[in-house]
Amino acid sequence: MKSWRLPAPFLLLLPTFIVLAAVVVVPLLLSLYSSFTPFRLTRPDSIWIFIGFRNYERLLADWDFWVAFGRTVLLLTVALNLEMILGLGLAMLVEKATRGQRALRTVMMFPMMFSPILVGFQFKFMFNDNIGLINNALQSLGLTDRAIPWLIDGTLAFIAILTAEVWSSTSVFAIFILSGLMAMPKEPMEAARVDGCTPWQTFRYVTWPFIMPFAFIAMTIRSLDIARAYDIVKIMTDGGPAKRTEILWTLIARTGYSDARMGLANAMAYFAIFLSIVFTVIFFRKLAQARSQIGAEW
Amino acid sequence: MAPVSLSKLVKRYGATQVVHGIDLDVADREFIALVGPSGCGKSTTLRMIAGLEDISGGDIRIGGHIVNDLPPRARNISMVFQSYALYPHMTVAENMGFSLKIAGKDKAEIETRVAEAAKTLSLEALLERRPSQLSGGQRQRVAMGRAIVRNPEVFLFDEPLSNLDAKLRTQMRTEIKKLHAKVQSTVIYVTHDQVEAMTLADRIVIMRDGHIEQVGTPEDVFHRPATLFVAGFIGSPPMNLREAVVSDGKLMFRGGDTLPIPARFREKVAVGQEVVFGLRPDDLYPTGHGIHSGEAHEVHEMERTVSITEPLGNETLVFVNFDGMEWVSRMLNPRQMKRGDTVNLSFDLSQAHLFEAGTGKSLRS
Repeated sequence: MKSWRLPAPFLLLLPTFIVLAAVVVVPLLLSLYSSFTPFRLTRPDSIWIFIGFRNYERLLADWDFWVAFGRTVLLLTVALNLEMILGLGLAMLVEKATRGQRALRTVMMFPMMFSPILVGFQFKFMFNDNIGLINNALQSLGLTDRAIPWLIDGTLAFIAILTAEVWSSTSVFAIFILSGLMAMPKEPMEAARVDGCTPWQTFRYVTWPFIMPFAFIAMTIRSLDIARAYDIVKIMTDGGPAKRTEILWTLIARTGYSDARMGLANAMAYFAIFLSIVFTVIFFRKLAQARSQIGAEW
Repeated sequence: MAPVSLSKLVKRYGATQVVHGIDLDVADREFIALVGPSGCGKSTTLRMIAGLEDISGGDIRIGGHIVNDLPPRARNISMVFQSYALYPHMTVAENMGFSLKIAGKDKAEIETRVAEAAKTLSLEALLERRPSQLSGGQRQRVAMGRAIVRNPEVFLFDEPLSNLDAKLRTQMRTEIKKLHAKVQSTVIYVTHDQVEAMTLADRIVIMRDGHIEQVGTPEDVFHRPATLFVAGFIGSPPMNLREAVVSDGKLMFRGGDTLPIPARFREKVAVGQEVVFGLRPDDLYPTGHGIHSGEAHEVHEMERTVSITEPLGNETLVFVNFDGMEWVSRMLNPRQMKRGDTVNLSFDLSQAHLFEAGTGKSLRS
């Protein structure tokens, strides 16, 4: 008698399914479920109380949450745009270099080599109102005689965080755009010059459409990055003082771990993930569109 | 419509000089082909005329005005590139209308002129496509359309047919010729293909190592090559060339064979002078099978052994050994012939060329 056996393809794929289920699907479902409970880490049995959409309803009415949400979107928008513009400028300068371009490319990638935690500490030190490099420099140059409260004032702290984010990640854009510039055929640019374009028009009508897909790849990657921005903010201000720089993930971490309200924190996290997905989808669509426009073969 | 003139034009890259002070006058509405082996400076010259390369010395005039320091857009030229150089993100119509859009022309005018150019080049059906959806020949036509839409004073072509297959190349060659007849602009056309140069151009400029070897009509450069280089470069199969020493009334070849000195050169050479003898395959033929068979008046005949034949249908190339070297002869109205056959060859010396051995200059004049 022949014993029944699982078909081979199924058998071979099974380990993948088991591992993925164990490390991703189950925790994901569990966290989704817990967002429908008043689960607190300090009262483990509270995970069995089902409260439906109450966490979500609370969030919808929670002003602090929406401020953090809005601030995250703002950070995302401003940081991505700044990084793209600066990265574009950097890439175009490096592309022009006829000598030492490899060295420049390596130097350009340095900020990517540091842990965001360390970048956070470094910028926290630089923006410190008493001993920080920036106030020191401003005062030595005679531009101000006050100690500017960089990390205390809400707007200034936002700028400080933005600066750290931009410093650490502009190179992502620069690298992608540079690769686009280097892959770009030179003849269409020459044709544009013959066709009557000024250097600016050549960039606007010929160069930019070609490197746009590369910028969108960087955008997609970075939108995931910033939507989960946590480390730099955690180190520099920890969302404070008095929630002036609170963003989604600092708020979620505090709610989940400090206040131990994991159920509510998970509900917030699902909003954050949703935000990430929206940004990613937008950039992905733009990328696909830009690719088909230049007839890219990749 | 404008004449173009180059005087003492020089291009240097650092210490390396690639164009050595060339002079050239292109008449209004003339079709000039710059031809030469790769690295001869023809493309660099064209790019200097376009304004895509800075010039290191000399002057370029278009329509009488010096344009040395003008950017390409101020020169009223248009250029067709070897790689087509279409804008990949624009449709065919947008590609063709781009220069007009940049120039600030209104939409209706752009549309009319694009439609007109599209009709000239039979591109009407493709106007909404993007370059990636076109074949090589279609892309090349779009590139030409983009050039003619602007109605420039000067057309520059940089090896426009090199990326096409042989059949398409022949077809496009005809189209370019028709196009020139229609638009009546000055054309400067760079190619490494002598057939393109011969078939298209009013005059041919043969360049080598950054110098101009000869400027002349296709007939000139074919029948009256000024230098050994031109003689070897123009014509397919190439001219038979062989060093010889002038002795008493004869040319003594290196391998010991001899030929009488062609009458035209008898007064121009001295005994002991080292020369290079040249004879086109057309002027070396199995007796009775040549172009000039009937009227040739200075024919020297000798028997040789056939080493190889290349039948081409209407003619056969017969390779024979003369003076230890393979010489090509062209047999019209071919008859059967095979390796090892003995053939009576006619050397039409009235068509022969002699060049100075050292300088390579023609001894005609």
